[in-house]
Amino acid sequence: MSYALKTTGLAKTYHNGVNALKGLDLSVQEGDFYALLGPNGAGKSTVIGILSSLVLKSSGRVEVFGVDIDSDFPKAKSFLGVVPQEFNFNIFETPLQIIRNQAGYYGIDRRTASERTEKYLRLLRIWDKRNDRAGHLSGGMKRRLMIARALVHEPRLLILDEPTAGVDIEIRRSMWEFLRNINSAGTTIILTTHYLEEAENLCRHIGIINHGELVENTSMRALLRQLNLETYVLDIENTLDTLPTEWADFARLVDTSTLEVDVRSGQHLNDIYDALSKASIRVRSMRNKANRLEQLFVGMVGKTPGDKP
Amino acid sequence: MNPFAMLIAFTTILIKEVTRFTRIWQQTLVPPAISTLLYFVIFGSLIGDRIGQMDGFDYMDFLVPGLILMSVINASYQNVVSSFFGAKWGKSIEELLVSPTPNLIILLAYISGGVTRGILVGLIVTGISLIFTDLNVFSVWVLGSVVILTAVLFSLGGFVNAIFAKTFDDVAIVPTFVLLPLTYLGGVFYSIHLLSDFWQNISKANPILYMVNTFRYGFLGISDVSIGFSYLMICGFIAVFFVISLYLLSHSRGLRA
Repeated sequence: MSYALKTTGLAKTYHNGVNALKGLDLSVQEGDFYALLGPNGAGKSTVIGILSSLVLKSSGRVEVFGVDIDSDFPKAKSFLGVVPQEFNFNIFETPLQIIRNQAGYYGIDRRTASERTEKYLRLLRIWDKRNDRAGHLSGGMKRRLMIARALVHEPRLLILDEPTAGVDIEIRRSMWEFLRNINSAGTTIILTTHYLEEAENLCRHIGIINHGELVENTSMRALLRQLNLETYVLDIENTLDTLPTEWADFARLVDTSTLEVDVRSGQHLNDIYDALSKASIRVRSMRNKANRLEQLFVGMVGKTPGDKP
Repeated sequence: MNPFAMLIAFTTILIKEVTRFTRIWQQTLVPPAISTLLYFVIFGSLIGDRIGQMDGFDYMDFLVPGLILMSVINASYQNVVSSFFGAKWGKSIEELLVSPTPNLIILLAYISGGVTRGILVGLIVTGISLIFTDLNVFSVWVLGSVVILTAVLFSLGGFVNAIFAKTFDDVAIVPTFVLLPLTYLGGVFYSIHLLSDFWQNISKANPILYMVNTFRYGFLGISDVSIGFSYLMICGFIAVFFVISLYLLSHSRGLRA
């Protein structure tokens, strides 16, 4: 099996004594769409920082497509495209200048750089703004500009650190579609996000970091199988003030026309519907209440992804 | 990275640097022209006529080389310190650091940007000086080599300053409290033969004195110091600052955690 990324015993202790990573063993298969999750301060950004050379590791080994960063970091870097959490482009430059310059830093000749710049600015729908100052772009456009910049050298591994933070739902979904497409075309993607719905929708494998250690590294499907309870929200036609007492362990009233019901592992939705029918309660619509991944995440690290450490 | 790719990376950074300082020409090219014009008018024409001769030359002729080199020093230093610190402060330097561009290429390109601005400003100031005096060139090789070496050295100085700087105040401290006094006391406006032996010896600890005198030698063929020693010293400083800059690019906490 070939790995896009493999870390062995990766550790980082900052000068202030904080142990951000404590011997992290992480492997991401080539072609994967991998979610790297964890609460704030868990060590996700440190991992990305080490990969992009902005953070110097204390110890351990990192290989990108088999290239050890200690023996040939420039080659390893040429495989990587990084979309950081914070905007880090020159706000006085235009998208055209930013993307072309980035291509130049990877040794791409001017003609190819111009072709790819147009290709990615169009794909990410910022071509119309190519001559505007980057500082004048909207938040969503700035995010897409950073994705275009990370792709201009056509990396084999794309790392996205909270790429959809602060982006409205429409743009977020179009970005998901775009990322799915480039993953289908063969680019390995590592994604960190606080939107667990995003990870659940996009990623095939998942790693959860907490306190600098990997607490879970498995496929999304296997992880979700661990769930033994799902909660559904039911909009009902009737108006209810109370529920039968025997329903207390699986149902709650949110308001007079909304119910929450828990379906445990091994239980069927039909059982719930049978009980509702017997009570002459008619269901108008039903939806999954909580993000399933979020339930697991909270169970593993004791907090939601956006919580402070 | 193969050599051709490195060349592309180098030219990309250099073009970006030149585009930056020419885009804001009102801040980078006009001020040195105006301040030097004032120096020529006040110190050269108005006061210079009363001073008479300095080391056997009209004061204006004596003054011109120092003022040109002073402009080159300031321009090359300011270009690198402001550009690199600006990129660090705005985090756009990360674009370069995450790329496979070797640190050596990054450093050489930033230095080249500083040297380009330094030489351009030097040419502008030289052009202005022609309004006030006829320039005689004693050795074009000395002029060319000293101006380039000096611009390289102060570009490196600006680079080190930018890496250590945490705020814009830190960027202003060195030019104000180090460069300006050293330049003014570095024989731009006077010959150190005017000073007592004690102050002459103190002055000889000032590296800018050697650069100014060697540059003046290129125009007038006179110098207060040994030309050979000047070259040795400038090259020595360049070597030291070059090694420091490369080390800081790889290890500085100002750039990498």
